[in-house]
Amino acid sequence: MASDVTPQLSWNLVHDVQQLFEFHFMVNAFRAGTVVAVVAAAIGYFMVLRQQTFAGHTLSVVGFPGAAGAIWLGVSASYGYFAFCIVAALLIAAVPHGRGRAFSEESAVIGTIQAFALACGFLFVSLYAGFLNGIDSLLFGSFLGITDAQVVALLAVGCGALLVLVVIGRPLLFASIDTDVAAARGIPVRALSVAFLVVLGVAVAEASQITGSLLVFALLVVPAATAQRLTSRPGVGLAWSVGLGLLITWLGLGISYYADYPVGFWTTSVAFAVYVGVQIATRATGARAARRRRTLAAAP
Amino acid sequence: MKRAAGPVIRLRGAEVRLAHATVWRDVDLEVGDGQFVAILGPNGVGKSTLLKAVLGLVPLAAGTAEVLGRPAGEANHEIGYLPQRRSFDPSLRIRGVDIVRLGLDGDRWGVPRPGRASRDARRRVAGLLELVGATAYAGRPIGQCSGGEQQRLLIAQALARKPSLLLLDEPLDSLDLPNQASVAGLVDRICRDEGVTVLIVAHDVNPILGYLDHVVYLGGGGAITGVPEEVINTENLTRLYGAPIEVLRTSTGRIVVVGQPETPTYHPDLAHHEHPHGL
Ligand SMILES: Nc1ncnc2c1ncn2[C@@H]1O[C@H](COP(=O)(O)OP(=O)(O)OP(=O)(O)O)[C@@H](O)[C@H]1O
Ligand SMILES: [Mg+2]
Repeated sequence: MASDVTPQLSWNLVHDVQQLFEFHFMVNAFRAGTVVAVVAAAIGYFMVLRQQTFAGHTLSVVGFPGAAGAIWLGVSASYGYFAFCIVAALLIAAVPHGRGRAFSEESAVIGTIQAFALACGFLFVSLYAGFLNGIDSLLFGSFLGITDAQVVALLAVGCGALLVLVVIGRPLLFASIDTDVAAARGIPVRALSVAFLVVLGVAVAEASQITGSLLVFALLVVPAATAQRLTSRPGVGLAWSVGLGLLITWLGLGISYYADYPVGFWTTSVAFAVYVGVQIATRATGARAARRRRTLAAAP
Repeated sequence: MKRAAGPVIRLRGAEVRLAHATVWRDVDLEVGDGQFVAILGPNGVGKSTLLKAVLGLVPLAAGTAEVLGRPAGEANHEIGYLPQRRSFDPSLRIRGVDIVRLGLDGDRWGVPRPGRASRDARRRVAGLLELVGATAYAGRPIGQCSGGEQQRLLIAQALARKPSLLLLDEPLDSLDLPNQASVAGLVDRICRDEGVTVLIVAHDVNPILGYLDHVVYLGGGGAITGVPEEVINTENLTRLYGAPIEVLRTSTGRIVVVGQPETPTYHPDLAHHEHPHGL
């Protein structure tokens, strides 16, 4: 912890929570974390459904040189994340692809681009001699020193992205799981795919500012993938995804306040625990349900 | 909703080119209101492409396509479409009932508001599931349904908007024989009872033979259209496949299409172009 007081965890939960919000930086961390968790979980739900996690991964890696470059140029890292992620999303959308869905497959070209992006980020970090937190916070996240203005910016951009998602959500769902029929119905499949990639770029840029470029997936993939294990209803799944995203973020922030390891580690650990726990639980209940179905089918 | 009299589908001298190669040309096709028409032909001959041309999803290089009285592509909201497909990804965690619901209002922007419209939509979906006999497994993730179950759900999806025209691309593949018969019967019932015009692509004509008004046989770059008894004979098919084919009829009227062993497979580039016969 950067603060000079050492917070102590007690058995009094109310006291613990009060202590958690004693400092303004902590309040802002929770505010920013909440915004980012909701945006990433909702957009991540569609990303997982569309099997575009690889596109999400590429966007997050590209965000790193953006942020490092912005700091080198003396502007806020936020601008770098947003600029690079959105431009990269448009480039990915321009890559020719089949079946109305950009970028669902890994390729050597993209791997090369990812490596190049990381190298560029490293170069910018080296060029800027007085780097404060070093490379760590860009790659692995930090929740210290989030300003009020930054929270407002995250909220405004996040609301914009969610609004777009609300408007295009239903046709996007249709186009994601049934491209041919959606296209026959007159849904602009191609335009939706581009719009979604841009929204995904925004979500990645937002989440990167809390989790760092490399740990974005804790908020983007884990809640969504876990939610899809839990339910196959789209609406309920979205709600689960957002709920799990909030749980992961709040727990991660809370634990890192009391325990002396970086927030990125804790959020990712909580995310991992949630994912593994749900996998085990659903597997067990799934096997039981299948057994029940078989018994029913066997009965006369 | 009644349209002015006239064919539901009318292709005139239609030609489609994909990747600079002609798939078929000089195709004339007329499908009347309420007819049950099959498209037959070897692999890669352009049967799916024909359905896409009717939907306006692939442009015509020549000729005209009119569907439901309008240029192809402009009446798609009145068309139910079941594309040819393998099957849904087993990991896809979306229920069958949601897939059917998307067919009903999946193209609307914004979120569905709860209320009467939403209740009506749920009732309509339940009715569709009942119609195709998919109620029992509609709550399961579609990726975990069998191929035949998925096919029934998708037929329900295609029917969701009460279409005037149904385009089904190999709805019988991946079905066992009893299910082929029952799905064929279901499609026929929809065609007769609701007056829906049906254009169906099939590889095996037997399950639908009894219901067909016309067949379209694609092959050799062109098409032959007519009633099944006229079109499906040894002479026509040998010409269309560009390889010896024998058509046999069993005592119960079933048609057996037999290829000669060791004949080269049909390839559009090698085949010479045939002139079609109109209806
Ligand atoms: N998008 C495309 N670009 C280029 N060529 C295509 C495209 N889609 C189809 N083709 C070609 O057009 C021809 C017709 O394809 P189509 O899918 O219509 O055949 P089909 O009769 O439905 O075959 P099958 O019985 O295997 O389903 C094939 O030779 C195919 O290779
Ligand atoms: Mg086909």
